[in-house]
Amino acid sequence: MSHVALRGVTRVYPGKTPVHALGPLDLELAQGEFFAVVGPSGCGKSTLLDVMAGLASPSAGEVLFENSNVKGQVPDGIGVVFQEDASFPWLTVHDNIAFGLRRRGVAEAEVAAQVGYAIEFMGLKEFAQAYPAQLSGGMRQRVCIARTLVLKPRLILLDEPFGALDQQTRLLMGDELLRLWRETGATILLITHSLDEAAMLADRVGVMSARPGRFLELIATGWPRGRDSTIVASESFGRLTSRIWTLLRGESLRALGHG
Amino acid sequence: MDKVAVTRIAIVALAVALLEALCRLGVIPNFTVIPPSAMAQSLWKILASGRFSHDIAATLVNVGIAIVAAMLAGVAAGTALQGWPAARRTLDPLFATYYAVPMYAFYPLLIVIFGLGDFPQVAIGFLLAVMAVIINTLNGLDRVPAVLLKTARVHGLGFIQEAFHIRLPYAAPYVFTGFKLAVAYSFIGVIGAEFITSSRGIGYEISFAYNNFDNPVMYAMILFILLLVITVNLSLHVWEKRLLARRRRA
Amino acid sequence: MKWRDPLILVFLMVVLWQALYLLVGDVALRSPATTVHNLSNLLNDPRFLPHINETAIAFAQGFAIAVVVGLLVGVPLGAARFAGEVAEPILVALYSIPKVTLYPVILLVFGIGMPAKVAFGAIHGIVPISIFAMNAVRNINPTHLRTARVMRMSFLDLTLRILIPAALPEIVTGIRVGFSLALIGTLLGEMFGSQRGLGHLLMQAMSLHNIERILALTLLLVAFAAGINALLLAFDRRLHARA
Repeated sequence: MSHVALRGVTRVYPGKTPVHALGPLDLELAQGEFFAVVGPSGCGKSTLLDVMAGLASPSAGEVLFENSNVKGQVPDGIGVVFQEDASFPWLTVHDNIAFGLRRRGVAEAEVAAQVGYAIEFMGLKEFAQAYPAQLSGGMRQRVCIARTLVLKPRLILLDEPFGALDQQTRLLMGDELLRLWRETGATILLITHSLDEAAMLADRVGVMSARPGRFLELIATGWPRGRDSTIVASESFGRLTSRIWTLLRGESLRALGHG
Repeated sequence: MDKVAVTRIAIVALAVALLEALCRLGVIPNFTVIPPSAMAQSLWKILASGRFSHDIAATLVNVGIAIVAAMLAGVAAGTALQGWPAARRTLDPLFATYYAVPMYAFYPLLIVIFGLGDFPQVAIGFLLAVMAVIINTLNGLDRVPAVLLKTARVHGLGFIQEAFHIRLPYAAPYVFTGFKLAVAYSFIGVIGAEFITSSRGIGYEISFAYNNFDNPVMYAMILFILLLVITVNLSLHVWEKRLLARRRRA
Repeated sequence: MKWRDPLILVFLMVVLWQALYLLVGDVALRSPATTVHNLSNLLNDPRFLPHINETAIAFAQGFAIAVVVGLLVGVPLGAARFAGEVAEPILVALYSIPKVTLYPVILLVFGIGMPAKVAFGAIHGIVPISIFAMNAVRNINPTHLRTARVMRMSFLDLTLRILIPAALPEIVTGIRVGFSLALIGTLLGEMFGSQRGLGHLLMQAMSLHNIERILALTLLLVAFAAGINALLLAFDRRLHARA
């Protein structure tokens, strides 16, 4: 039984000129799978994430998470990390991470324990009492990830979380993400515009077409579970990325208006 | 202290010194304006004797009530309107013309309806202040980034929880701007009303002193209000800076 | 500006007024219809005209002074960066003082009568006009000035073709705000220490407990102030949209 299932999902933005942003598309994610989505700009990747999370309703088709329909609200057990900085500037790092637990009414002692663990895990110990404005972009994303983690989600959706970071930091954050994935055992869907990142991190890569976004191909990467960023040196990595690019190149040209 | 602040203080000091000189030299007659030093002396005597303690207390209490009422009503109304775009659009012309209307024109009406107690004065102060709070609260709430609202939905927050825990905290700097204006307007409204007609309060005492040709008392109380308002506004300015320091990009 | 929304708003306020009247009764209010009737009677009363004249003349003079002095103060402060920085908090502080407390001083300096009212209206209008003018000049895009130098424009040309059009929208906003505040100041001045004018009539009506007169005058003042401001606002917005 799949953890997440999308069946014939379509999303059309209403308006004077309706925009057919996504689908129809099908997808099945296994429990604990790491799935990456790549595609040209504007192909509907973020829309896919919104629909999966319940932030937007599909115009047609259904989304199932743990066998229940996802529609209208975000189900319990799903965590989302957005592209933009979503840290709360009025709270310290500690209070940011504690936010979700406190809203759920968890006892303060338990909150302290959980938050302490998440802070250690994400390497934020020195900054626990700092405010987001005093941190770099990468640190702020770590705060957002920690805030999501602490609620122990079973499905984690990430929308280009490392978009604003430089290449080296991205690679290191990639390693972090893998470590997180192994520790939590969650199912992960990562949206990225970086082919390397998708190829390195995921069990399967979904290559999306230009708008309206549909999956051109789902490529299995075959990496072992214990992988890290050093796999970028291997031959199969190069073959993988060139295969993805071959698929993507045509779509990207089409998205830009040529071809 | 930087050059700008020093220059500013120097200019104000110079202006006061000039006034002092002109008054002492008789260029400005004493029945028109008394020297600043005499104003200060008179004020000191009044405060030490506690002669106007009741009036001062009355004014401050009324101003305080107006501020609190304006903040509570203003933030609540602003939050509600933010979630009700149709109502907001309809009220928009009101927001645009509100401060052009002579609010004091309603004072006689209020007195006729409610009598000469404290309520009409507090009401004028409240009416002047509340709109500034609403406008600034709306301004702040408008600026909440979409990603934070999405985060609220991911955490499963309802409308009220979202407003309390995310939208208002984000908008706090703007709400504070509204707060500063509410303070200024409450002073203006209450003291102005006391002036026009009242039975007690600082504004009343100034008016009374004027009508009785009592310049020392009159100027002392005018000085008092000026110092009070300037001190309050300055303190708010400093407090605001400190609050916002943690949110500023380092 | 869409006219539907303001009309709906006015309608709602009239309904609210009528409802309040039904609730409170003649002891404290009159209905909207009665008030409009009373107001038209008042406007047709020959004894009323001198009072409107008095207020109008006082306001016009006060406003004119506010504009001239406000611009004379604000424009140079905007052009001279250091002076502007020094002056700004002082201007803002002046804005937030209850200027009504200065009225006795003005009465002592000018005596009771027209000059005092004009002065009072003027001081209410000067501060916002100078603040807005200062910001308008300060925020002129320096690239415009550089372009003018490259094109070797004369100072007159520069002023007429670049400085004034660039600064105009904000200055007009300041003048609009100054207009409203000068009106409020003039009325306030008339509400005590005056024997003529609309403000005085309002206070007189209050002491006589003449509810009809109070409402008619309040309606006149509110409608006039709101109406003029709405027109100025439409003009203001159009200027800003073009800029």
